[in-house]
Amino acid sequence: MADDMILSEAVRHERPDPVETERKMSAVGVSVWYGEKKAIDQVSIDVGRENVTAFIGPSGCGKSTFLRTLNRMNDTIPNARVAGRIELDGEDIYGPDMDVVQLRARVGMVFQKPNPFPKSIYENVAYGPRIHGLAAARADLDEIVERSLQRAGLWEEVRDRLQESGTALSGGQQQRLCIARAIAVDPEVILMDEPCSALDPIATAKIEELIHELRGRYAIVIVTHNMQQAARVSQRTAFFHLGELIEYGETSEIFTNPKVERTKDYITGRYG
Amino acid sequence: MATTGHTLKAFDEDLEQLRASIAEMGGLAEAAISNSMRALVERDAGTAQTVVEDDKKLDALEAEVETRAVQIIALRAPMADDLRDVVAALKIAGLVERMGDYAKNIAKRVPAIEQSPNLRPLSLLPEMARIVADMVRMALDAFVARDPVAAGQVCARDRAVDDFYNSIFRTLLTFMMEDPQNITPATHLLFVAKNLERIGDHATNVAEMVYFAASGSRLGEREKGADTTVGG
Repeated sequence: MADDMILSEAVRHERPDPVETERKMSAVGVSVWYGEKKAIDQVSIDVGRENVTAFIGPSGCGKSTFLRTLNRMNDTIPNARVAGRIELDGEDIYGPDMDVVQLRARVGMVFQKPNPFPKSIYENVAYGPRIHGLAAARADLDEIVERSLQRAGLWEEVRDRLQESGTALSGGQQQRLCIARAIAVDPEVILMDEPCSALDPIATAKIEELIHELRGRYAIVIVTHNMQQAARVSQRTAFFHLGELIEYGETSEIFTNPKVERTKDYITGRYG
Repeated sequence: MATTGHTLKAFDEDLEQLRASIAEMGGLAEAAISNSMRALVERDAGTAQTVVEDDKKLDALEAEVETRAVQIIALRAPMADDLRDVVAALKIAGLVERMGDYAKNIAKRVPAIEQSPNLRPLSLLPEMARIVADMVRMALDAFVARDPVAAGQVCARDRAVDDFYNSIFRTLLTFMMEDPQNITPATHLLFVAKNLERIGDHATNVAEMVYFAASGSRLGEREKGADTTVGG
């Protein structure tokens, strides 16, 4: 088992063995360039349907870049180029038939800094379902908003002030609002790019608890600089370094007995 | 230690101190074993008393290791081999403290057999004690050097200790059968042999922890030296 999880130089170009849970997303030999600079080099990885998958690694290792390839956020960067294949339920997300807007509804994203729209709390959550035509009537929309806020653990705190501005909430509440907004369009995968780095420990704990509760309903991929956080919330951890996927395996194994020296040096604080 | 230090130097110092405390405990336990044996052979009650009193140092060091280890876990959040090292240090400290207790128990028996006739198995005990003390030193050296191979060698030597124990057990039994007057001193010597045998087992357990800390995997279930003194 343990040996299978090592992505040594020799097997790096092959798809790693499937994780225990059913595969939701799958990257095969993915490389990303920003102009001439190669940011990601031949990364192959599977994301499990019922897992929280954590990407860790030092700044500039490519983990956020790779995360953004999973819902084609890199398309918005003019000189970014992606090679390789990324599948969502077996479907090539870079294929000609893929509707990028639909893709980003299926693979939602939560960013480092909470970025609610300068609109009411209600509108922040209702916006996505409305433009995607998910609600036929006002009552349907109300229900989606309530359900999303409940799943995001925010409902009790905001139910009486849904018309207040989303930007008036605290940082942690704003981040949960952004998660509610991502959930509202009923995604299959949620990508989180350092969702707690701007939050205090209590707000962080609430987000982590939320991640724990959302697990199983959505496949979750989280990029984090906080290794303790990766250890706390994820089942699988991938370590990136200099654009390469160095090691990918069970979180409990990565943090107690990593197989690759570079992983060990990083997680024990010997890097650099 | 690993090849490169931590970015946070204070973390290295913490681990180094923990390691040093464990090494010191090992040295004290080793001395306690050989001193208690010397006291026994030379019937030296004074040395025996010193062994008993020195055991307090081991107890204090164990408490110190516990405090340091808990602090490291709380303040440094160690991962991977660092975490395994700290957990191993905690368990090893407990094991070495027990070794000290066994050596103290040997020393406590010195006055009881001081007046008894010299029984021949007494000559086997120092050799058994030498092997046991060697195992303790090797196990602790392996911990300091993070050497899983040396740790494995400690486990291999436990077989010899078990053989010694079985042999001493049988010999003492014949002495007891020959002359009931031998029963009291022979029983004491039997406990001494048993104590040494237990120290050997503890040294083996230390070596197993060292192997785990250094390699991340468990030493395969080793073949135990058959205890031929029970059953049959």
